[in-house]
Amino acid sequence: MAKLIFELSATGHRAVTFPSSSCQDVDFKDFEAQSLPDLPEIAEIDLVRHYIGLSRMAHGVDTGFYPLGSCTMKYNPKLNEDVASLEGFAKTHPYQPSWSVQGNLKAMRHLQDALSEICGMDEFTLQPAAGAHGEFTGMLIIAAYHRANNDAKRTKVIVPDAAHGTNPASAVMAGFDVVTVKSDANGGVDFEALKSLVDETTAALMLTNPNTLGLFDPNIKAIADLVHDAGGLLYYDGANLNAIMGLSRPGDMGFDVVHLNLHKTFSTPHGGGGPGSGPVGVKKFLTPFLPKGSYLREQPDSLSFAPTHSIGRMRSFHGNFLTTMRALTYILFNGKGLTEVSKVAILNANYMMHHLSDIFTVAYPQICMHEFVLTLEKEKDIYHVSAKDLSKAMLDFNMHPPTMYFPQIVHEALMIEPNETESKSTLDEAIALFKMLYQKMIEDPSYLQNAPYTTPVKRVDDVLAARVPIVKYQKESK
Amino acid sequence: MGTYIPHTKEDQAQMLSSIAQTWDSLLSTIPDNVRLKRELNLPDGLSEFEVFQIMKNYASQNVVFNTILRGAGAYDHYVPSVVKHLSAREEFVTAYTPYQSELSQGILQSIFEFQSMIASLTGMDAANASVYDGATAAAEAISMSYERGRRTVLLSNALHPETIEVIRTYVQELDVTIKMIELNDGQTSLDSLKEQLDESVCAVLVQHPNYFGILEDVSSIRQSITDSKVKFIVSVNPMTLGRLANPGSYGADIVVGEAQPFGLNLAFGGPYLGFMCTSDKYVRRLPGRIVGQTLDSEGQRAFTLTLQAREQHIRREKATSSICSNQAHCALTAAMYLSSIGPVGLKEVATQCANKAHTLARKLESIGYKLTYPHEFFHEFVTTTPVSTSLIESSLAKHGILSGLILDDKHMLWCVSETTSDQKLDDIVTMLAEVNHG
Repeated sequence: MAKLIFELSATGHRAVTFPSSSCQDVDFKDFEAQSLPDLPEIAEIDLVRHYIGLSRMAHGVDTGFYPLGSCTMKYNPKLNEDVASLEGFAKTHPYQPSWSVQGNLKAMRHLQDALSEICGMDEFTLQPAAGAHGEFTGMLIIAAYHRANNDAKRTKVIVPDAAHGTNPASAVMAGFDVVTVKSDANGGVDFEALKSLVDETTAALMLTNPNTLGLFDPNIKAIADLVHDAGGLLYYDGANLNAIMGLSRPGDMGFDVVHLNLHKTFSTPHGGGGPGSGPVGVKKFLTPFLPKGSYLREQPDSLSFAPTHSIGRMRSFHGNFLTTMRALTYILFNGKGLTEVSKVAILNANYMMHHLSDIFTVAYPQICMHEFVLTLEKEKDIYHVSAKDLSKAMLDFNMHPPTMYFPQIVHEALMIEPNETESKSTLDEAIALFKMLYQKMIEDPSYLQNAPYTTPVKRVDDVLAARVPIVKYQKESK
Repeated sequence: MGTYIPHTKEDQAQMLSSIAQTWDSLLSTIPDNVRLKRELNLPDGLSEFEVFQIMKNYASQNVVFNTILRGAGAYDHYVPSVVKHLSAREEFVTAYTPYQSELSQGILQSIFEFQSMIASLTGMDAANASVYDGATAAAEAISMSYERGRRTVLLSNALHPETIEVIRTYVQELDVTIKMIELNDGQTSLDSLKEQLDESVCAVLVQHPNYFGILEDVSSIRQSITDSKVKFIVSVNPMTLGRLANPGSYGADIVVGEAQPFGLNLAFGGPYLGFMCTSDKYVRRLPGRIVGQTLDSEGQRAFTLTLQAREQHIRREKATSSICSNQAHCALTAAMYLSSIGPVGLKEVATQCANKAHTLARKLESIGYKLTYPHEFFHEFVTTTPVSTSLIESSLAKHGILSGLILDDKHMLWCVSETTSDQKLDDIVTMLAEVNHG
């Protein structure tokens, strides 16, 4: 293991200095700190080696295959980074007068229009900072809409049992009660169950389509009609938009509100956990509810405009602006070719699924969209090897494992999303690795149970971490 | 036209035939009644060169000011080269949340180090891995503070206006009452605070230094809050902690803020870096990711995401926050920045900001500007201006200088950082003296 940066610290070391100033000193008297904060003191060369060392203990898309289901770990183009570094974008203050940021405004408009076309929506706000933030925004919009209609009895939001955990959490933050609808035998929303849940108290149905099993819901139009007829709205979780660009649009399916994840579908980097960006799109009748400070057609020179029924501001300033510029770059580069992106994402997923299905159990064996789910339930019983064990064994082979234990309706789940940016040979190698590890499981289950072997640390004790939380550096610790 | 798809057409044909499918059969699971039966109404894809020209053209239509005297939540500081280069390392940029800890020790350790630095700086026990920005950090802190029968929060009227707006947005559908603490000459009024403290209150939130740059009487505010069920939440610009006593030392329960000053570009407002710190007592109420230290199977030190029982993917509708993706790469950058300047450097940058702001304030007073408020400030201050603020903005803009923020026709909120030289301060005052004389 690497030393902590604090363990490299030695009094008097420092990398960066500032120009001198002879302005008179201010004395803050009682407000003054009594001592210096405990920050590392380190020379530049040692700082560099520390972080390069850490970077070598990280796995990114640029390092190796990363089929983490529902996260769309596609290639992050270098061009995006060059664009985000342009001084004209990177060095503008969020409160510059509008005449001095016309380029930013035009580029935001350009992106909002492109996203509207891709999704079949009428307007977008770029303010939400991530997907879950977009969900919360969308749920607040739906709550405000029903209130504006004096429809206070709509207190329930229906969420499928296969949904991301963020969905129910966001709905509750917006004051709704969450009702879970189960999935049917084919992995779609159980339509009969849904029928029995939808009534005059339904505020909305939140849906990911294709869903977290990678399946396009065959009843989507009927589902939309059912909810709409009851007076509810449809919310689209755009986590899986990478499967349908140019093939089908949420707006045409009947969704009223969508959020996108620019860090998934539109190739902006995930940064070790963020920043993302979660633009929210709406149909025209919901534009009066968009967040204050959204950049809207009706006020083309204002970034502080509040539409008539605005839910208010979701965050400061104008969203994760540089992230949105990366996404616009990606859209310009692909143009109409975004359809090809989705088609190949589907091809790659089906290719992997097909070539794994002779050995592994596919949870819902049918043509999938951009991802699919394996279940190791049987293997867990026979060999006592879990989805986690198989995943840990992959770590020795420069491959990030699939998403584990999600969706929760599949036992010992491994959710695989290869993405369109992976070559056939990468997929073939991954398929071979899966099969090799399966064979190992039969011959020597302990090999998987004790993996990984070549990583900087061996199997990490998560239970200890939660039982005795150490969440900051303590000098006495080793 | 461009593409990042590596397959040749032959690869695709071979793949389709190996799985006994055609494009039509693969796409057949999308019901016909929702199939898009036309091309997307977007232009054809372009080459990298062409895309870069278009984006450069947009960027060139913005004004990049050579001197920025505007803060108000977004601060112009020097970003060292070493920070830019290290943060651009692809392994950091193209990774995601470190779910597989054995493969992600570098990411986990970097977050652990960030948490340690922010906790140390604020004098608190624990920090999370980041939230979206300073305003949402404040709103999340409010969500942490509810107690049975206590759903009133008191907000200083000298919080950043957008922070107040975001908190209002966050709680609008919940059974929460927001009351504002009045101001006395730009500073939070102790009398107004005391009048409103009752048994329904669960939190008091002040910003220090506040939106007008003024130092709040945080010790007296803390002393006014005698009920242990009331959380004292402080929002800070962490750069000021190079000089100012940390919130832990004066008894804050939760500390939040915007860490954009630590190595992040102005970036037209984002991505920025919200942080949240608290005491051990409330650590299990913190939203978002937290990295903890543990051991691996061989007994060596290791890091992992921890206390996940708080989070949405476990608790679903019982979670208090839905945050999943955060601002991890911004946190990494901030930790690199703090490591590059160290404790002495942080004190120096904070001192330069304060000294230069006070110098500008004195010089402005010499040419007919008045300090609007009598209280001590850090590196932002409000003046009552001798000429209209829009004239000041447009006049300085001609020299490539972004003036203070216009509050109204006669009031301007100024900010000075280490990036403005002593000489430049003199030049600015000379320019403004000329504006006075028309």
